[in-house]
Amino acid sequence: MSEIALVNSPNVGLDKTQKGGPYVNELSTLNLGPTHPATHGIFQNILTMDGETIVDAEQTVGYIHRAFEKIAERRPFYQITTLTDRMNYCSAPINNMGWHMTVEKLLGIEVPKRAQYMRVIMMELARLTDHIVCNSILAVDTGALTGFLYVYQWREFIYEIYEEMCGARLTTNMGRFGGMERDFTPVAIEKIQKLLKELPAALKEFEGLVMRNRIFMDRTQNVGGISAERALNYGFTGPNLRAAGVDYDVRSMNPYSSYEDFEFDVPVGTKGDTYDRFLVREEEMWQSLRIIQQAMDNLPEGPYHADAPHYYLPDKQDVYHNMEALIYHFKIVMGEIDAPVGEVYHSVEGGNGELGFHLVSDGGRTPYRLKFRRPGFIYYQAFPEMIKGTTLSDAIVTMSSMNVIAGELDT
Amino acid sequence: MNDKIIEALLAQFGEEGVYGIGESHGILQVTTEVENIVPMIHFLYAHPVFKFQFLTDLAGIHFPEAKGQELGVIYHLHSLENNVRLWIKAYAPIEAPNFPTITGLFATANWMEREAFDFYGIIFDGHPNLTRILNMDEMDYHPMRKEYPLEDATRHDKIDELFGR
Repeated sequence: MSEIALVNSPNVGLDKTQKGGPYVNELSTLNLGPTHPATHGIFQNILTMDGETIVDAEQTVGYIHRAFEKIAERRPFYQITTLTDRMNYCSAPINNMGWHMTVEKLLGIEVPKRAQYMRVIMMELARLTDHIVCNSILAVDTGALTGFLYVYQWREFIYEIYEEMCGARLTTNMGRFGGMERDFTPVAIEKIQKLLKELPAALKEFEGLVMRNRIFMDRTQNVGGISAERALNYGFTGPNLRAAGVDYDVRSMNPYSSYEDFEFDVPVGTKGDTYDRFLVREEEMWQSLRIIQQAMDNLPEGPYHADAPHYYLPDKQDVYHNMEALIYHFKIVMGEIDAPVGEVYHSVEGGNGELGFHLVSDGGRTPYRLKFRRPGFIYYQAFPEMIKGTTLSDAIVTMSSMNVIAGELDT
Repeated sequence: MNDKIIEALLAQFGEEGVYGIGESHGILQVTTEVENIVPMIHFLYAHPVFKFQFLTDLAGIHFPEAKGQELGVIYHLHSLENNVRLWIKAYAPIEAPNFPTITGLFATANWMEREAFDFYGIIFDGHPNLTRILNMDEMDYHPMRKEYPLEDATRHDKIDELFGR
């Protein structure tokens, strides 16, 4: 591991009376990151170590800060969707649709039921990819590569569904203000049905390999735990908070996009340790499949977008053959349409927590102020507290199971 | 519930301490003076019914036109038990943008306040480590303030007229 530089610090806490040579109780500084393969992103942690035990940790973040909030103050609403892709890129459709719903709230657009169900399906697919990445990489970090390979191909398959729905895979820019940009194609429906039929077997296989695996359990149980009170005080949301035993889920507490129509459980853990976070994410994947199944079974007929020509980007076919569509296309793309004055907050249950958009509009073509509530930014600050007193290898799995995404943290 | 919160806040802090009361898309908001922030948040935190014990977000904001009240902070509290959200806003002049820290009550406010300091230059008195968080330490301005244009003014290859701006 060439990235780790071991530097001797001054003899802090040196106790010469103790047996075992002069290095006993000597603290050393270990620089973990910023580019380290085990941190899955650009994070720097300066660890103070006492032998193998972590005494203290100091974090440096912001290595991929791209000033999204500042850029958003210059961009028309329509163009901000592409910024949201690049935050939590493991579940980009959730970010896109969270932003669309925020603006719809400001504009007062009522989205048709079919579009809402389609959004739910795409958001739950995004949650599946997010949790597949997090859990399988956690297994890899503990040394189990095989399970990762079994489930990762299904993430690839979900990306194919994205491609079918919007043409892109990672940074999706999916959906529009007022609904979706296109209806489900027969291929998309076929692929979702295939996923619903075949992913459970792969998930079961993965769980069979990892969940009751002795080595995995030893590596993750009682590692990086946090109590419910501390988690709430640190602003935890999402699976990390639920692993600590608090059943806060935006989908059930403040339902959006027709989540109230679906029946699903909110799994909670007890200890808030790495193993609990893993189990909560596993169960959430099963619940996501359940929601997608219900949405597919009850998918309403009707339009897949709202009738809001001022804000809904028209179909490309119409742009070439219809005067009004051409005008609106131009006005929307160039950002010529003003939004009403108002202040709105909307949050969705992102892959790793409550993803919020606090939008202040002064009636112009761009937001006056847009604040992203990024769950990763908020809960990552608890990391030093969670790893104090553990070893380096524990810190790696703790970080992996927290699902901190650098792009989201740094905006 | 919103009426009860307003009633309790008015009873505790008076009309000069709680104003700008409104509701925006379902979220209650109040404005207060800087010196009332900590007592108000503590009051709402410890209240037996409201229990605003979750700090969802903390956002800085800049209004260059509002003289004497240029810089603002929006505290976004959430009562998980009652599922009620509340914005508490406070403003300070840009010459002395001093706000009290609430890190004593919410550990999560640490990085949120550092972010508001980084981007708006809001000083949180009593903060344990008020340094820049996302921008580099050498930066000598606070980039989210409205006087800083987004693009580098020295660039010649981007002519606004050609881009419809």
